[in-house]
Amino acid sequence: MADEQVAGAQSDAPDILVRVKAVDKVFKRGSEEVHVLGGLDLEIPRGEFLALMGPSGSGKSTLLNLIGGLDRPTEGQVEVGGQRIDKLSNRKLASWRARHVGLVFQFYNLMPVLTAQKNVELPLLLTPLSRSERKTHAVNALDIVGLANRNKHYPRQLSGGEQQRVGIARAIATDPTLLLCDEPTGDLDRKAGDEILDLLQALNREQGKTIIMVTHDIHAAARATRTLYLNKGQLTSEPIE
Amino acid sequence: MKYLYLVWSNLKRRKMRTILTLLSIMVAFLLFGYLGAIRQAFSQGVDVAGVDRLIVRHKVSIIQLLNESYEPRIERLPGVANATHQTWFGGIYQEPRNFFAQIVVNQDEFLDFYPEYIVSDEHKEAWLATRTGALVGSGLLKRFGWEVGDRIPINATAWRRKDGAPTWEFDLVAVYEGAEQGTDTSQFFFRYDYFEESRAGGSGLVGWYVVRVEDPDNAAEVAAAIDNEFANSPAETKSEPEGAFVQGFANQIGNIGLIMTAIISAVFFTILLVAGNTMAYAVRERTNELAVLKAIGFTDRGVLGLVLGESLVLAGIGGVLGMVLAWLLISMGDPTGGSFPTFYMPADSVFLAVLLIFGMAFVAGILPALQAQRLQIADALRR
Ligand SMILES: Nc1ncnc2c1ncn2[C@@H]1O[C@H](COP(=O)(O)OP(=O)(O)OP(=O)(O)O)[C@@H](O)[C@H]1O
Ligand SMILES: [Mg+2]
Repeated sequence: MADEQVAGAQSDAPDILVRVKAVDKVFKRGSEEVHVLGGLDLEIPRGEFLALMGPSGSGKSTLLNLIGGLDRPTEGQVEVGGQRIDKLSNRKLASWRARHVGLVFQFYNLMPVLTAQKNVELPLLLTPLSRSERKTHAVNALDIVGLANRNKHYPRQLSGGEQQRVGIARAIATDPTLLLCDEPTGDLDRKAGDEILDLLQALNREQGKTIIMVTHDIHAAARATRTLYLNKGQLTSEPIE
Repeated sequence: MKYLYLVWSNLKRRKMRTILTLLSIMVAFLLFGYLGAIRQAFSQGVDVAGVDRLIVRHKVSIIQLLNESYEPRIERLPGVANATHQTWFGGIYQEPRNFFAQIVVNQDEFLDFYPEYIVSDEHKEAWLATRTGALVGSGLLKRFGWEVGDRIPINATAWRRKDGAPTWEFDLVAVYEGAEQGTDTSQFFFRYDYFEESRAGGSGLVGWYVVRVEDPDNAAEVAAAIDNEFANSPAETKSEPEGAFVQGFANQIGNIGLIMTAIISAVFFTILLVAGNTMAYAVRERTNELAVLKAIGFTDRGVLGLVLGESLVLAGIGGVLGMVLAWLLISMGDPTGGSFPTFYMPADSVFLAVLLIFGMAFVAGILPALQAQRLQIADALRR
């Protein structure tokens, strides 16, 4: 599953991993309709580290959910790795997510009843790996995020930054192509946030992960290879206002 | 199986709640298991009744006696293999609470009718050779700590002695074991010849007849033929299969089965609410986590399975603990101190308990599980 083309590949026709075409997303709140995304287009080359910014409520999380197969567009197409994921059945979509996407959340979303290692093993339960293989993979992932020695600890015994690193370990445990991070540093102080960004940057550069990161922080966005702004349902490359 | 750890971890999340729920489920199954043994004790004999045996009694009631001359008349009827008479003695051993059945039988024929009573040849001979001899069930022997060779005094109630003595004395010469777990080993049999020569009144009268039919399939016709034989006589009879007879006897105390079913149903209904409530909370407070599981690739059905699995583990642990506890209590002995002919956990209780565990797990878990299954990831993650 290693990406043939890693970050910064400069061929004439870049290998597009994510292709969002003419996507509308409308939420119904009772009788009221909320148009969040309207005719949105986006192409993300393999190996890119994309920062997604924009005002609160502009639809950043919504877009991320569509690309990660957590939600479906009202209109339009979402293609990842050449596959129309908006067309997949719920069941197929679930197993597609398990294989191709790693998710990192603002509030880590770890299972409080599981140790760090068991949290990282969660997505591996969905693979045919044996018990000992799962353990090896989980320990490796924890090693990558620098928490190999905390594998027996429960989330409540870890700092926010450490919890987020466990979250990242969980996201990369199955070695997915695509990492989707929704405000991964939003709940962390500067120092812990920087460590997380270092980690994401390293994953992008050294392991060729394609990363989409939603953030409100320009310092965080500065770590990305490209930044896009979402406003009024559209993407722009310059901030508005 | 690899998901069991996840299910188990979730149950450990609210230890107190899990323990309380487990305890209530356990109590329900304890009650279920224990009452099962009691019901079994009351209906004792029904399951193990000989299919080829009929009981012929006075039409009015079992207390009314029949003439001993009926025996050859019954035996002459087609389809009858053999008939023997028995009489209820109803004496008291030391004090009334020591109740057990004392039955007068024809020692020459008796054991031919009851292959489920196992007696050694030595004991058999001793009984045939001793006029005052008694044949005692192994359970009864144990209950009172008797030994072969003991002299057992039993105070007469209905049956006075000719000599005016208040007590009948018997020599314990033989013991029978039950061939099966359900065989009644709490009875005390003694000889008709001794009874007949010593009783003050009622000479020539016996309690009822046991009839062995040649073909169990014809039992109903044979029963009808017997009742027909004595129709319009001063003592008409009522013949029925032994199982029905025993059941009717048990029903005199009340419909035990129905009462117990009612109690158990009420208890299980309550526990179902407790378990259902626990599962509903377990899902509601974990909406976010369930959504995360789905986000990382668990299918809707997988999440449904996890919740049902949790319900099953809860019901399973509680149910098994309850049944084991019931079994322990039951093996500590009969709550009446020995008046039940048998007291054990019947196999069908165990089987039913397994069904109840699955049923309870399903009913308590299905609604929360469906709720978890329907959970929309994007919605749930916003909460
Ligand atoms: N499931 C939903 N049902 C109804 N409305 C929704 C739903 N999800 C999002 N919305 C609405 O869509 C809009 C965009 O939401 P979204 O969460 O994508 O914004 P965001 O850019 O991520 O904001 P923030 O920076 O605050 O996280 C908001 O107005 C929100 O209320
Ligand atoms: Mg958001």
